[in-house]
Amino acid sequence: MTPLQGCLLLSALLFSIGLAGALTRRNAVLVLIGIELMLNAANLNFIAFWRYGPHPEALTGVLFAVFSIAVAAAEAAVGLALILAAYRHFRTNNLDRMNHLKG
Amino acid sequence: MTATFLILAALTVAGTAAAMGLRNAVHCVLALTVGFAGVAGIYLYLGAQFVGFTQIMVYVGAVAILAVFAIMMTHHPGLAEQPFSRYAVWGIVIAAAVFLTLARAISLAPAPSVLATSAPAAVPSATVQQIGDALMHRYVLPLEIIGLLLTAALIGAVIIAMDPKDSPQEEIE
Amino acid sequence: MNPLVAHLWLIPVLPMAAAGIIALLPRSKRLPAAGLAIGSLAVSLVLSIAAFAHTLSLPAAQRLEFVNVPWLQFGDKWLRIGWLLDPLTAVMLVMVTFVGLLIFIYSTGYMAEDENFTRFFCFLALFAGAMLAVLIANSLLLLFMAWEIVGLTSYLLIGFWYHNPAAAAAAKKAFLVTRIGDLGLLIGMVWLYAQAGTLLFYDNGLGSIESGPLSHLPAHTAFFGLSAASPIAILIFCGAAGKSGQVPLHVWLPDAMEGPTPVSALIHAATMVAAGVFLMARIYPLMSSTPEASALAAAVTPTAALQLVTWIGAITALFAATIAVAQFDIKRILAYSTVSQLGYMMMGLGVGGPAVGMFHLITHAFFKALLFLGAGSVIHGCSGEQDIRRMGGLRKYMPVTFAAYTAAMLALCGFPLFAGFWSKDGILDAAHAWSPSVIPFWLGTIGALLTAFYMARQMAYVFFGTLRPAAPHHPSHHPAETEQPIAYEDVAEHEPHTHRPHESPAVMTVPLVILATFAVLLGFLGTPAWPWFQAFLNRTDLVAPGFSAFAEPAFLTVMLTSTAVVLIGLFLGWWLYSRNPITHADAPDILDSAAPAAFTFLGHAWYINELYAATLVRLNSTFAVLADILDRFVFGGVVQLVTWASLAVAQFDRLFDTYAINGGFDLGTHTVRLGGWFTTRFQTGRVQTYLRFIAFALIALVLYLLWGATA
Repeated sequence: MTPLQGCLLLSALLFSIGLAGALTRRNAVLVLIGIELMLNAANLNFIAFWRYGPHPEALTGVLFAVFSIAVAAAEAAVGLALILAAYRHFRTNNLDRMNHLKG
Repeated sequence: MTATFLILAALTVAGTAAAMGLRNAVHCVLALTVGFAGVAGIYLYLGAQFVGFTQIMVYVGAVAILAVFAIMMTHHPGLAEQPFSRYAVWGIVIAAAVFLTLARAISLAPAPSVLATSAPAAVPSATVQQIGDALMHRYVLPLEIIGLLLTAALIGAVIIAMDPKDSPQEEIE
Repeated sequence: MNPLVAHLWLIPVLPMAAAGIIALLPRSKRLPAAGLAIGSLAVSLVLSIAAFAHTLSLPAAQRLEFVNVPWLQFGDKWLRIGWLLDPLTAVMLVMVTFVGLLIFIYSTGYMAEDENFTRFFCFLALFAGAMLAVLIANSLLLLFMAWEIVGLTSYLLIGFWYHNPAAAAAAKKAFLVTRIGDLGLLIGMVWLYAQAGTLLFYDNGLGSIESGPLSHLPAHTAFFGLSAASPIAILIFCGAAGKSGQVPLHVWLPDAMEGPTPVSALIHAATMVAAGVFLMARIYPLMSSTPEASALAAAVTPTAALQLVTWIGAITALFAATIAVAQFDIKRILAYSTVSQLGYMMMGLGVGGPAVGMFHLITHAFFKALLFLGAGSVIHGCSGEQDIRRMGGLRKYMPVTFAAYTAAMLALCGFPLFAGFWSKDGILDAAHAWSPSVIPFWLGTIGALLTAFYMARQMAYVFFGTLRPAAPHHPSHHPAETEQPIAYEDVAEHEPHTHRPHESPAVMTVPLVILATFAVLLGFLGTPAWPWFQAFLNRTDLVAPGFSAFAEPAFLTVMLTSTAVVLIGLFLGWWLYSRNPITHADAPDILDSAAPAAFTFLGHAWYINELYAATLVRLNSTFAVLADILDRFVFGGVVQLVTWASLAVAQFDRLFDTYAINGGFDLGTHTVRLGGWFTTRFQTGRVQTYLRFIAFALIALVLYLLWGATA
């Protein structure tokens, strides 16, 4: 197993943990955090491919990770604001009860 | 594949797994900081110091704190609810399936020839000056856009989270 | 064009407009109603006289003017209405307006006490307008339209006292019988249009009675070797026969006497019944037309149509005269006399051409109107009595009426120098010279004898002898004297003559005197010595007066024969009825006691009505019953069957609809609903559910990239 594969496996594990959290938790904040974990897994991939790629001097992976973190930060801010607004509306942050879109 | 990497990976997995698995939400966020810190350690280990410190500042310093605040503000003291969804088992199974397929794909992938010839190369240099040059020259347009995005997200988040009753404007339904 | 001719349409339109206005007046407006009717007709009379004078002023050959106005378009054909002015029209216009005006004036007196006075004048004015429209119509179609309005007013006026059942029945009878004739006229008209392509009388050579169509029309052979012109003319003659009460269709005219007496005088003696003769005179070119090839033969042998007209006329003349002998109702005698005289006119038309028939028409119009008005005066003076047996000696009470009546009676009989003498002599003279047969002449001569006889009898009953008061209860052993409608007088006034008969008011006697003057003098317009009328009507130049015509042996024979016949008739009448004055109202008629069977037969008018009732009416009833059965069971059954079939089909449709169509749609909607229900299972509204599906999709995508892409 090459170092790259180790990194990718760690990334996949991180992604799966985030996914599992997003699928199982009832607390909306924790679901959002699960999604942040999945983003982190993606960032980890960028850094790993930069580190073990053929042209590390191009800095593509690093910069992509930086932008990704910036977008993730914005996402987290907006997401948490939405959770607050939803909480104010539903008086709960339990996702199972936010089912107004039920057909 | 070094011991450092394994320890950091174990720390990360343990932290994130605890963040997704603990019953108390505040504990979850505390565990999460450990996980984020672990990821930051991995970045440092891989030679991306700038990204690693950014990870600590943004995730451990900002997102985790935000999450704590959000949990505090949406907390029902008297309501002891089941923290996991009714279909939690399904979620874990699916997540496991995703991991297995991804792992299978990673293990089956043939090592690219470029990787085979040049790896493991020396740690590439990615100094802050180099990154700053790249941001100011080649990536200046994405930088501007991301600045705009962050501003819009900031204003949007404030407006969305603002309680209509506290707004200086007229009553909004 | 002369402005008078251009506005000739005013003559019929004025009385019609007056009728329209009178119809809108309330019943109490008697004076305006009568004034409008009389005024409009007076204007028409002035216009008619002007038109007559205008026609006279033209050279003889140019005395034909017409106006054809395009009215309706059918395909490439135009229907044109309009009017025409020729000597025939001019003479008739003057006659109708003049006699009509006198009768209108007379009516104001006769109808003075009737509560429906206004309505009466409305009908009278409408009649006058329609009759004048008949006279000036430029086409057979327009003539037919006016002709039918005339028939309608005749119906309305006969049934004027509609609360009297006899009058209502008589009106209905008149309407139906004349319709039978009009059916023939209509068919003839359609046939003529099919053959000639036009119904206009005159159209610069293309009119239906002008040379264009007439040159090819007779060449068409219809059937039995007859040219098409003959059956057309005969069909049109059917209409004329119905209107003029010719023999099979005469039955309505005596019954029409149920109407008020002025109506009898105007419509059923002077003008309307003469319209048939007028129509025949108008289409005379059609009737007499023959194929070019046999033009020479035609000079010798009249056409079939003319022969038929002659025979019908001659038979009617004698037939009606025999009936008149045995009547007791004063108006009924005159009615049969009218039928008889109309027969003479038809005969004259057939044997001698339009001028001969028309001359008798004009003279007859005056003296017959006078007779009817005189009879009306008598009835008026006798408080509604119409039975001549309950009159008598009126000479003393009603001198003016008596004088006028005598003049008219002598004119009717054909007493020498009176108007009827000249016109009837013309007819008999022409009949004598008729090539196919001499029988019409003898029929006419015997008719003349009977005419003189029954008029003498009537005079004896009415004006001579002594007044015979009626018995309190009228014994009616004779059907011919069935109770006539009591005019406006109520029953109390009708009681045996509580007051003496009296002379009528001046408004009634003055018209009598005027008419009497004409009855005496009018004949001199058409004497053989100076045949002004005939020349005028034939549009030829007048020959210089001369008495050479009298010298012809044939003519002299005829004239002397008819004079002798008249004298014999008058003498017989006097000898039988005046020699021994009738003193009692219930005394049987002398002829009745002499030959009761024959008298009763004649009194019943040859039982023609009964014959019709037994044959035609019964046949009609049978057909009606048959038609009813046919309708009820055959057609009704078919309709019922169709109904049932429709119901069965509808039932089947309903079932099909319910189970096939509705079932199909129900199945479809159920399926859609099931699909909807199934897919809504996925729409839980929970974000994690959606996330799970995305994760599944991720797994599938990775698996595809792993194996699917390489495979």
